Amino acid sequence: MNIHEYQAKQIFAKYNVPVPKGKVAFSVEEAVENAKELGGKIWVVKAQIHAGGRGLGGGVKLAKSIEEVKEFATEILGMTLVTHQTGPEGKLVQKIYIEEGADIADELYLGVVLDRAKEMPVIMASTEGGMEIEKVANETPEKIVKVAVDPTIGFQGFHGRKLAFGLGLPKEQVGKFIKFAAALYKVYMENDASLIEINPLVKTGAGDFVALDGKMGFDDSALGRHPDIEAMRDISEENPAEMEASKYGLSYVKLDGNVGCMVNGAGLAMGTMDTINYVGGEPANFLDVGGAANAQTVAKGFEIILRDPNVKSIFVNIFGGIVRCDRIANGILEATKLVNVSVPVIVRLDGTNAPEAAEILKNANISNVIAASDLGDGAKKAVAAAKGE
Amino acid sequence: MSILVNKDTKVIVQGFTGKEGTFHAEQCLAYGTKIVGGVTPNKGGQTHLGLPVFNTVSEAMAATDATVSMIFVPPAFVGDAVMEAADAGIELAVIITEGAPVRDMMMAKAYAVKNNMKTIGPNCPGVITAGECKIGIMPGMVFKKGNVGLISKSGTLTYEGANQVCNVGYGITTAVGIGGDPIIGLSYIQLLTMFEADPETEAIVMIGEIGGDLEIQAANFIKENITKPVVAFIAGQTAPKGKRMGHAGAIISGSAGTAAEKMAALEAAGVAVVQSPAEIGEKVKEVLSK
Repeated sequence: MNIHEYQAKQIFAKYNVPVPKGKVAFSVEEAVENAKELGGKIWVVKAQIHAGGRGLGGGVKLAKSIEEVKEFATEILGMTLVTHQTGPEGKLVQKIYIEEGADIADELYLGVVLDRAKEMPVIMASTEGGMEIEKVANETPEKIVKVAVDPTIGFQGFHGRKLAFGLGLPKEQVGKFIKFAAALYKVYMENDASLIEINPLVKTGAGDFVALDGKMGFDDSALGRHPDIEAMRDISEENPAEMEASKYGLSYVKLDGNVGCMVNGAGLAMGTMDTINYVGGEPANFLDVGGAANAQTVAKGFEIILRDPNVKSIFVNIFGGIVRCDRIANGILEATKLVNVSVPVIVRLDGTNAPEAAEILKNANISNVIAASDLGDGAKKAVAAAKGE
Repeated sequence: MSILVNKDTKVIVQGFTGKEGTFHAEQCLAYGTKIVGGVTPNKGGQTHLGLPVFNTVSEAMAATDATVSMIFVPPAFVGDAVMEAADAGIELAVIITEGAPVRDMMMAKAYAVKNNMKTIGPNCPGVITAGECKIGIMPGMVFKKGNVGLISKSGTLTYEGANQVCNVGYGITTAVGIGGDPIIGLSYIQLLTMFEADPETEAIVMIGEIGGDLEIQAANFIKENITKPVVAFIAGQTAPKGKRMGHAGAIISGSAGTAAEKMAALEAAGVAVVQSPAEIGEKVKEVLSK
């Protein structure tokens, strides 16, 4: 799960990670009020969406008067912001963050992410703040300092020194930077974050460090023990079909093709998409029905897949292990009664009691349910059906 | 021969009396696995499935001489359970539980390594030595005895791969589902090493997926160290960037972790890479009949 910049900064502030003062606004009036309350002479009006690159897309503006705050708030609220991370359809801006202006002397980058190879969090810092870190990593990898922190010992002084001296900070700033990095590591660990990025991390004229931006993602498996973070979920940022699917224990991701897929297991689901592609078709979705493929979940799966008007056929690919195939076959037949399935359904059932399952499907004699003998055969038949062959 | 487990392996079940633990322990017993007892705190002294229940792993080990634990403990407590097994001196923990918090597994894995305990999973189907010992949730009848070792991140692709190998007339020595989470126990390199050393294994099937770089590391390792033929499939060639594909670890971030990149690395290492899992069986036949 991801959260907004203003929410990440709320969490930062709790851990004494310095952030500029700011307040979220849902209307132009509120934006103006916030700016007056914050005081000062410069404000930043920032669109709050779950995507990077907001500044380039026109979603971040520097206001030098209350009038300008009003002007920019009017402009940004309700706009559809397109950035390199939103896709061409963009995202509707429903809230903005009004923040005090910062005195920027230098821009750095600081992030924490899991290093899967080392199996520990790694803190990444760079002098190239404000740039995309992937770009820095590709073009000038020597400008990124990485320090992995063994979670069994936690963040130590030497980790901080490696970062601060690695960045070449002047000695009067080393202590401040170490304190900042230590606090950020604590934020990462205590909140079960999967990613934190501060880009840019600003060095002010007075030599202090401030998080000018904040991006946080969380480990979905740990949200159960963080009700405060779960409460930050912004439903408008999530895909409605994916969310509905997850309510029924299904894992769904929409794609652009026309062959719908319903599969048990994430790996086989991806393998099925790949096979459809391999035999010349295009998958319309990823859908993992999980371990319990019963009539209800299959029916829900059909319903979600068929909401996509591009879908011209559906390939049901189930490897029945502990769940017997004859039961799944009955579940599929029942599901076709619960949901009006208007396109051909190609069914491949393999594993325990597969021959009995094939018999059940054959005897049901439903015109648009076609049995397939194996994965390759099913994919070919589904692609042919989608092409109207 | 086989790797990791065989007909003499003594197994306890952590989370023995729960719904999942009970169901799968029964299936494993029916397969012939030597399950000798289980652990459920506060239920010590009871009998379950005709086997003794203990309060702690230490007690269970002292009474049964078990060396392997199969873990079904719910996600919020699984880190604790793994560390308990490591502390008690278990040699191999097979962690079936799905949805374990990454931070907990990071800690548990570090502690397991420190105590020389091997782990498999979490979020995996487990390990099976065909005809001898099944520790996990896979359908036993798919795995016929033979000479092909199998390593897979995905559960159902483990079954799919094994089924195809058996359908073309070969069989399985041992199959290991390593799990698709960001932090996992035994991985390709250790298992490839074991299969290379196992005289009965003549070929290895390796099934990977998008996300992370374990497959790239494996490719580099195979190039230098593995003489037996390897057939590989990487799931997720058609997966979009930045989207989590079911498994917590199956996500392409930036340009890293793509299927194309992994397939190229494996091919460069001399591995027979197939583009669809439907081709695994035929490819195994091809490399073994050379």
